Amino acid sequence: MAKAIMYDATKCTACRGCQAACKQWNELEAEETKNTGSYENPADLSYRTWLKMRFTEVENGNGLAWLFTRRACMHCTDAGCVQVCPTKAVNKTDSGIVYIDREKCTGCGYCVEACPFDVPRLDGSRVTGKAKMFKCILCKDRVDNGHEPACVKTCPPGALDFGEREDMVAKSEARVAELGDDALLYGDKELDGLHVLYVVNHPLKDHKLPVNPEVSPAVTLWQDILKPVGYGVVGIVAGGLLLNYMVARARMVKAKEGK
Amino acid sequence: MTNHWTDVANSDYIMVIAGNPAENHPAAYGHITDAIERGAKLIVVDPRFTRSASKAHLYCPIRSGTDVAFIGGLIKYVIDDMEANPGNYNMTYVTEYTNAAFLVHPDYKGPPDLDGLFAGYDEANRTYGKSKWTYLDAGSTEGNIIPVLYPLAEGGKGVAKKDKTLKDPNCVFQILKRQYARYTPEMVNKISGAPVEKFLEVAQTFAKSGAVGKAGNILYAMGATHHTNGAQIIRSYGILQLLLGNVGVSGGGIQAMRGESNVQGSTDQALLSHIIPGYLNVPVHTDATLQKYIDRVTPKTGDPLSLNWWKNTPKYITSLLKAWYGGAATASNDFAFHYMPKPKSGKNHTHIALFEAMEKGDEDKKEKVKGLMCWGQNPAVGSPNANQTLRALETLDWLVCVDMWETETSVFWKRPGVDPTTIDTEVFQLPALGSYEKEGTVSNSGRWVQWRYKCADGPGDARADLEMLNDLMLKVKKLYDDDAAAPNRDGILSLTWDYAAEGEHVDPRKVLKEVNGYYVTGEKAGQLVNGFANLADNGSTSCGNWVYCGCYVDEASLDAFENANKAAMFPPDNMGNRTARRWTADVGNAGFGSKPEDGYKPIGLYNYYAWCWPANRRIVYNRASVDLNGQPWDTEHPVITWFGDAAGAWKGDVSDGGGKAMVHGGHAPFIMRSEGVGCLFAPNLGTREASLADGPLPEHYEPWESPLDANPLSATKNDPVIKIWRPEEQSTPDEYPIVASTYRVVEHWQAGQMTRNSSWLVEQMPEMFIEMSEELAAEKEIKNGDKVVVWNTRGEITAVALVTKRFKPFQMNGTTVHQIGMPWHWGYSGLSTGDSANVLTPSVGDPNTTIPEYKAFLCNIRRA
Repeated sequence: MAKAIMYDATKCTACRGCQAACKQWNELEAEETKNTGSYENPADLSYRTWLKMRFTEVENGNGLAWLFTRRACMHCTDAGCVQVCPTKAVNKTDSGIVYIDREKCTGCGYCVEACPFDVPRLDGSRVTGKAKMFKCILCKDRVDNGHEPACVKTCPPGALDFGEREDMVAKSEARVAELGDDALLYGDKELDGLHVLYVVNHPLKDHKLPVNPEVSPAVTLWQDILKPVGYGVVGIVAGGLLLNYMVARARMVKAKEGK
Repeated sequence: MTNHWTDVANSDYIMVIAGNPAENHPAAYGHITDAIERGAKLIVVDPRFTRSASKAHLYCPIRSGTDVAFIGGLIKYVIDDMEANPGNYNMTYVTEYTNAAFLVHPDYKGPPDLDGLFAGYDEANRTYGKSKWTYLDAGSTEGNIIPVLYPLAEGGKGVAKKDKTLKDPNCVFQILKRQYARYTPEMVNKISGAPVEKFLEVAQTFAKSGAVGKAGNILYAMGATHHTNGAQIIRSYGILQLLLGNVGVSGGGIQAMRGESNVQGSTDQALLSHIIPGYLNVPVHTDATLQKYIDRVTPKTGDPLSLNWWKNTPKYITSLLKAWYGGAATASNDFAFHYMPKPKSGKNHTHIALFEAMEKGDEDKKEKVKGLMCWGQNPAVGSPNANQTLRALETLDWLVCVDMWETETSVFWKRPGVDPTTIDTEVFQLPALGSYEKEGTVSNSGRWVQWRYKCADGPGDARADLEMLNDLMLKVKKLYDDDAAAPNRDGILSLTWDYAAEGEHVDPRKVLKEVNGYYVTGEKAGQLVNGFANLADNGSTSCGNWVYCGCYVDEASLDAFENANKAAMFPPDNMGNRTARRWTADVGNAGFGSKPEDGYKPIGLYNYYAWCWPANRRIVYNRASVDLNGQPWDTEHPVITWFGDAAGAWKGDVSDGGGKAMVHGGHAPFIMRSEGVGCLFAPNLGTREASLADGPLPEHYEPWESPLDANPLSATKNDPVIKIWRPEEQSTPDEYPIVASTYRVVEHWQAGQMTRNSSWLVEQMPEMFIEMSEELAAEKEIKNGDKVVVWNTRGEITAVALVTKRFKPFQMNGTTVHQIGMPWHWGYSGLSTGDSANVLTPSVGDPNTTIPEYKAFLCNIRRA
């Protein structure tokens, strides 16, 4: 049965127990960080930071808000990273966890480009093919053994919950109804349903959550057209080149847009 | 806490002021989340928009050090509204359960009369004579004014005259009204910078908790206590909560959110200079005999409605002496009272005074302080005026640091910029176990004493504090034994010390049992005492701390509910140890017959989870939660209920004082006060019930270092009796116009030794930083992330600028004041190092507690 994390931003105090618990359970080394004028750290997700909290100050007619947003893999149903992976290293479990088999990962980085949430990170050199992809795997080892993910277990204010996805959706909907006007549930329908659900009561853009996230057309192309015919050498080479080209283009466009 | 964490969930209105629970009490914060889920309104009042403020329904900023002005404004609002709409308030509570109706000495004068001062000010000695700060005795006649002040004058009845119409101009209610009439919303703004409309929104919201059946809660922390008027700030909360009928009820009260897991326990066991265990007064050099001490500190009353619990002081001090001196304490030798060390009356032995004495020599004997033991403490980071602290440490012959890590204090001799060869202090570092590497109790904010088990072995030679202390005392005893001329030799040698042989494991159960107390004579000799009501003043009982009496009992003393569930409730190695109970069903105090079938309504008391002092009472002052007939004001959340003589007793929580409902021959609710009621006006009645040093009512004074030229309220700018050690170090607004405050962040803990050595936490909060408004940053040409220097008369520090919308300049009726804030966790040792905020904090203290002023001082800032 599909599982999901429910993240209630309206209850989150950004204590970041989740960040520390994630590192502890997954045995991830600390990063050397700097204070750059924010509580937020590490600055970005990385191969050893699979979960981080984003801090955003928003000021408008309603006064000041300090928003906290969970940043980690969303475990999409329509997961671009799974579709695009040429070696089938990125996979989904029946419960909806998107995980990675690093034995199979060649570090091509297609998943990085395919992710609409900018989550997967590589460690190692892409050129030598020794790179590997890292990201939140929803504590698959814990979940497979009947436990909640480490972040959920540690959350002191009860902003995180974990269970059957349909229960989490129902609970999120009830919470949204309770919170009223500005509240909304994010992740129920996006990309055929995320396995991390967000309850927020500020606009998605303030939380920097993409409205209507989509898997890039390049991925769709690879998945629907090239991959079926492409398991011949020519197909792989051509497809790979084409994908590389499109990814590079996409990156150039992103760079131009100042992202 | 008057209540406990779980009970916070029962609140209708929560005001967090001078605290930041989402940040500094992250686990306990979940109870606030529960309250909000049940519909409670959360108000946060703080100079800075904090992580707690981000979750609040209503946030109001105030400048650091203006809490009394803000709360005074709320008190005025409530008094005015109460007169206009008495139906919205619990007037029975106000007239019967507080001293609102008590008449005050006619010669009492206060700040409205004396331009900011109270009657009796002695300018030369910076102190008050408090003889007029008391009640008018009911025995007074025209022409013969008798104050209620012990020893009572002839004709005195020991009871105040009362006017329950609250109209007499000399009654407390009218005096309170006059005192706070000046605290208008405009004045609150002029002093605190709180916008008038925000202040009024807070007032209108929180005042709703005054309705019968509604509960308002005040949660505070060090943002209140770390001020030169910290004690008066807490008093102001007490006044507001009594007026609103919020003390004693479920979801109400005043909660001191403790910032360290066992700081409540350390207070209970008297790691303070003015008390001995169980909040008994410290004997002083003039207490020549035990009786003299007892006469001095035991409150008296002539009020038949008052239970005056402290009348039991002789039982508690005698039992304590029996615990300490055992067989050497007898009736014929004053229970060895003469062995107890007695400081000179009036002499200050608190933190700043100690470090001043260290640097300058003892003020009386002109002798130096030779050695210092820092037991889990890191004063090089945590003390005010850190540069002074470091100079003081250099004067020591020896220093012992007992800690889990090397600390700034233990390596002060090789700190940056210092030549170790110039420092003669011999430093010993004793490695200690962490709290999870040993067993014993921890007492939480809600007074729950909880047994903890060891879950891991400690590293290397690390040992439990208890074992180190045991070895140390055994060695001290040996030295005294060997030296026939040693001072107070008998006192040291007679001290009960039978925990374990040197070098051996000490079982903390043995200590806890001693704290609980034993019968020492008679047929029960050797048995544990089941509750402080059984303690005696004739030497037949021993008790290391009367408020903990009943926490550890013999199997035969278990109550009916415990007995019925004995096997499940008590682990075999902790039979009778009530602190080890983990009964998660909320059955109320079933030992009193409050089982669910008896009609107990669960409100989250959890009386069989751990043990709570006093007497396992979860909500203190709970007699104020019921009306004069013993029926709960709030029938949704009944703390206790009187079922009359026939039914036998009170049900629910352990009722305060037992007995009958007030109108059926019972007692007034506030049993720890000799007048039996809560004090809106804090009278001066004697040693234990002395007024605070700076007045019977809280009055706003500017912090010692104020950005203003004058106090907008009166000609008395600063609290006239605060303790100032270094007047020459006062930073003034001409050079240092910016207000600064120190605080903590969730990622680090206290002086940092436990968290600045943890890489995952250092990753999240890697560097010392200074928070400031965008406006101030623009004025000083500082960009977010720049390195900045903050300095004042005491020193300077460098840190990263964190420019934020969460700080705003205060607009105080045309005057703009900037405030900055900084965490105080950093120092020069450990994985993450940085400058200490306490380099900047002043050596001034509250006149009652001499707690340092960490929260409001002046400085200036520039780009590095």
